[in-house]
Amino acid sequence: MIINHPLLGPRDSSEFVYLGDASLLNRPDWQADDALEQFIDYGHTRDNPAGLHRELWYHEQGDRSWLVVTRNTVTHEITSVELARDVARTEGRFE
Amino acid sequence: MTQKNRLDGGLIDRSETFSFRFDSQYYKGHKGDTLASALLANGVRLMGRSFKYHRPRGPMTAGSEEPNAIVELREGTRKEPNTRATTAELYDGLRANSQNRWPSLKFDAMQVNDLLSNFFAAGFYYKTFMWPAAFWEKVYEPIIRRAAGLGSLSTQDDPDGYDKGFLHCDLLIIGGGPAGLAAALTAGEGGARVILCDEDFLIGGRLNLETYAVGGMEGAAWAAETVARLQAMPNVRVMPRTTVIGAFDHGIYGAVERVSDHLAVPEDGKPRQILWRITSKRALLCAGATERPIVFENNDRPGIMQASAVRAYANRWATTPAQQVAIFTNNDDGHRTASDLLAKGVEVVSVIDTRADAPTSSDYDVVAGGVIDQTWGRLGLTRIEVKMPKGGIRRIKCGALGVSGGWNPNVHLTCHQGGRPVWNEALAAFVPSGTLPPGMTVAGAATGVFSTHSALQSGAEGAKAILADLGIKASALALPGAEDTPVRITQFWHVKTAKRAWVDQQNDVTAKDIKLAHQENYVSVEHLKRYTTLGMATDQGKTSNIAGLAIMAEVAGKAIPEVGTTMFRPPYTPTAMGVFAGRAWGMDTKPTRLTPSHTWAEEQGAVFTEAGLWLRAQWYPKPGETHWRQSCDREVIQTRKSVGICDVTSLGKIDVQGTDAAAFLNKVYCNGFAKLPVGKVRYGLMLREDGIVMDDGTAARLAEDHFVVTTTTAKAVQVYRHLEFVRQCLCPNMDVQMISTTDAWAQFAIAGPNSRKLLEKVVDDGVDLSNEAFPFMACGEITICGGLSARLFRISFSGELAYEIAVPTRYGDALVRRLMQAGEEYEVVPYGLEALNVMRIEKGHATANELNGTTTALNLGMGKMVSKAKDSIGSKLSERTGLNEADALKLVGLKPVNPDHKVPAGAHLMTKGTEVIATNDQGYVTSACYSPNLGCHIALGFLKSGDTRIGEIIRLVSPLTGVDHDAEVVSPHFVDPEGDRLRA
Repeated sequence: MIINHPLLGPRDSSEFVYLGDASLLNRPDWQADDALEQFIDYGHTRDNPAGLHRELWYHEQGDRSWLVVTRNTVTHEITSVELARDVARTEGRFE
Repeated sequence: MTQKNRLDGGLIDRSETFSFRFDSQYYKGHKGDTLASALLANGVRLMGRSFKYHRPRGPMTAGSEEPNAIVELREGTRKEPNTRATTAELYDGLRANSQNRWPSLKFDAMQVNDLLSNFFAAGFYYKTFMWPAAFWEKVYEPIIRRAAGLGSLSTQDDPDGYDKGFLHCDLLIIGGGPAGLAAALTAGEGGARVILCDEDFLIGGRLNLETYAVGGMEGAAWAAETVARLQAMPNVRVMPRTTVIGAFDHGIYGAVERVSDHLAVPEDGKPRQILWRITSKRALLCAGATERPIVFENNDRPGIMQASAVRAYANRWATTPAQQVAIFTNNDDGHRTASDLLAKGVEVVSVIDTRADAPTSSDYDVVAGGVIDQTWGRLGLTRIEVKMPKGGIRRIKCGALGVSGGWNPNVHLTCHQGGRPVWNEALAAFVPSGTLPPGMTVAGAATGVFSTHSALQSGAEGAKAILADLGIKASALALPGAEDTPVRITQFWHVKTAKRAWVDQQNDVTAKDIKLAHQENYVSVEHLKRYTTLGMATDQGKTSNIAGLAIMAEVAGKAIPEVGTTMFRPPYTPTAMGVFAGRAWGMDTKPTRLTPSHTWAEEQGAVFTEAGLWLRAQWYPKPGETHWRQSCDREVIQTRKSVGICDVTSLGKIDVQGTDAAAFLNKVYCNGFAKLPVGKVRYGLMLREDGIVMDDGTAARLAEDHFVVTTTTAKAVQVYRHLEFVRQCLCPNMDVQMISTTDAWAQFAIAGPNSRKLLEKVVDDGVDLSNEAFPFMACGEITICGGLSARLFRISFSGELAYEIAVPTRYGDALVRRLMQAGEEYEVVPYGLEALNVMRIEKGHATANELNGTTTALNLGMGKMVSKAKDSIGSKLSERTGLNEADALKLVGLKPVNPDHKVPAGAHLMTKGTEVIATNDQGYVTSACYSPNLGCHIALGFLKSGDTRIGEIIRLVSPLTGVDHDAEVVSPHFVDPEGDRLRA
């Protein structure tokens, strides 16, 4: 597979480490009333779509960027690659 | 031996004669021969035995689809089993042996299986070797293993190298027949970057096997001229002997180039094979087509072959399997073989055509509407019996029978991304569907256009369209003139009266087996395949799948496309494991990292062990020491008595800087870091988000905005990855930067009561190491040895007064020598990983054995470290009920009641008086060693409610090793529990 890195251009997937569902960006607020339930859901509940999937890849053999890759799990077609930091900022991570 | 079946002409080089040996017999052949063609020229048809019934078999094909003629090629360490004689290129001195026979190919004792074939029908193993279960391992499996299998391995290391390489192109053309060559010319002249791969050593595909004229010259000559033109183009890479084995994601193709398989020994410095990863913008599949057999009674005798293979041997290799040949066909192409053989002076005794309206010939006998009823000849065909259209049997003497059942486009690579081929009724064949791997198109016979003209045309047009798509302008190729014969075929799959008619010849699957599978309700193609093993041999059913489907369709009363088709998966042809491994075997499966003191340690005679990617000194034997324990005990005792030095460079080091560095560490460690003063080090425990311990280490604050974090050796990479995840994904607004500096600093632990005195001899004037100025857990940037920058940390893994000193890596070798010299007066010892381990167990420090991916801070006795006053990774989920049961495991020390007893790591703990069953399990031993300071074996382990059970005598059991004795539960801190030595 080829991942089109937003800073470095097309790179072979063997340079990357796969983590999983990009929902890991949405870490719950530790002070919420139901924080424990939210964290259990965050840590263990995943969708398993046949189709588009947003997922986290780490460019370990490269510039060490974490990326959010949108990949079709059926065809492996990759439709979007973003820097995870940018996504996290846009999605309102305050820290 | 003379080459009695050698004909005139052909594409072999008669000026070079090679001598070779098959089994015990020597033969002669020529350059350009394959092993199969050379054996046929010498009158040898019998080349192998089948897998299950050990039936005598000869080559069925002249290519990579061969099911029968598979041999052990070469001898000794270079022996390669299951190699197709039909593709093995002949060289002088080649050695090959037949396989799957004993004692000899002509007399094989296992052929008794053939007489027992009624018992070995499809599903025999499933039905027979079912019970009793105890028989499986002891009785059935050895029997099956001895009887099964084809070739044998050398069981020695392969002396040859295998490489991996990467190629990029605009257009990858797979197959160098007429379509591939026309495409390569078009794209090459258009200026595109082209790679043309062909599995054959002579590029040209069927142009080399046929007598067709192309552009007014022989097809083979046109192919040779075209290849020469392509090779002269700088933008075209022509790769013969290269099989494209798989179509992978995003236009990536795998290809194996057989660089040296045609040589006795690879040339100096050359690999045997190369695995290429080809990244292409587009690919054009020109893989051609494979002729399929017709299934009839005893259709597997040596001499019965694809008709197209018979003419390929005659036209290209100037050989014939016999001087009298018959043809059995259901289409016009079979007649082509007859006329080509006649032109070569081979007698064509009859052409049996299943079609009542078969073309007639004045040159040879044609039986229109006839079928083969029976064949004779145990070790090679001698006679066929033809069922005549108007009844009656005609016996015909012949030594070979060419069979043509029509052609199957080679669609395999079109299926590697999930595409399924579609049935074309006019061609009676599966052709590529619209669902192709992205970027792939198909041309030539692989799409079902079979004439030479249409292959040239579709190749040229295919390339032109691809170039246009890539924005490259290509002019139309002036197509050379070529034949344009239409396909005329009437479907005919098998002669129905047959009793033992072979569909899959390599796995010995008969038409009857397929009917039996259907009777037993195996209605899906995939089930049929697994039940009968049809198509599951090394040839992957290239010549058998379609006939199997057709027979299944017939018994099911369905049309072929309704039955479906099996999937094709990579690799296209059998591929050696060695080429997948490449250079990555033995110590080269991964990089080896050497510590800065490695050379020095080698000089001391150190014994090394692998720790992750690192080689670390395990112990330093002294003269007279014959057992590692002697060295280890001495190193431990001397370190605790005076001073010892250990290279700890392999521990991960991460430099963390930024105004939010402290806040960041507060997030990733479960304990607090915000208030750590500059010049101090703190132990940190890092949790995974699920509350399990990930790693531990220290963080030293060198400045307000500057920390040095250490990790364990094993987890350095994962921890760094995790920290980047937290930084980029969870805390994207923090001002924090980091970099791994593991390789940048050489670091040594100096431990023992004399460590301060030793260090004082190397630090520069003005560096105050007194306990007041530089207390336990202090850190600082200092200079040593007259101006060399160094970092000093007063931390201790051994439990002694100890320091860790870091210098830029290039000074590591010099530093260890200087430290050893400075320590001479204290009889300093270097200590290895074993002594380090003993000392940390004596001190009760956890390492990977305790941080084993199942344990929490609570288990480690550090539950209170998880701060509830802040948010940190893993702190919330460490509150889960299941991780906080009242009887949770706690880290304890264990001391055998009998000091002579050893404690095996992994042993389980049982309360005295309880039965040794899993439900009574109280915990387990994680680390064990002999403590020279305590004079007995000691251990660390996890015990339910262990912190409240100090003093209890517990049963230590290891049923696997027969250990069952008593141990006392003690504090995990065997040495200096109050920590006085650390603070001295």
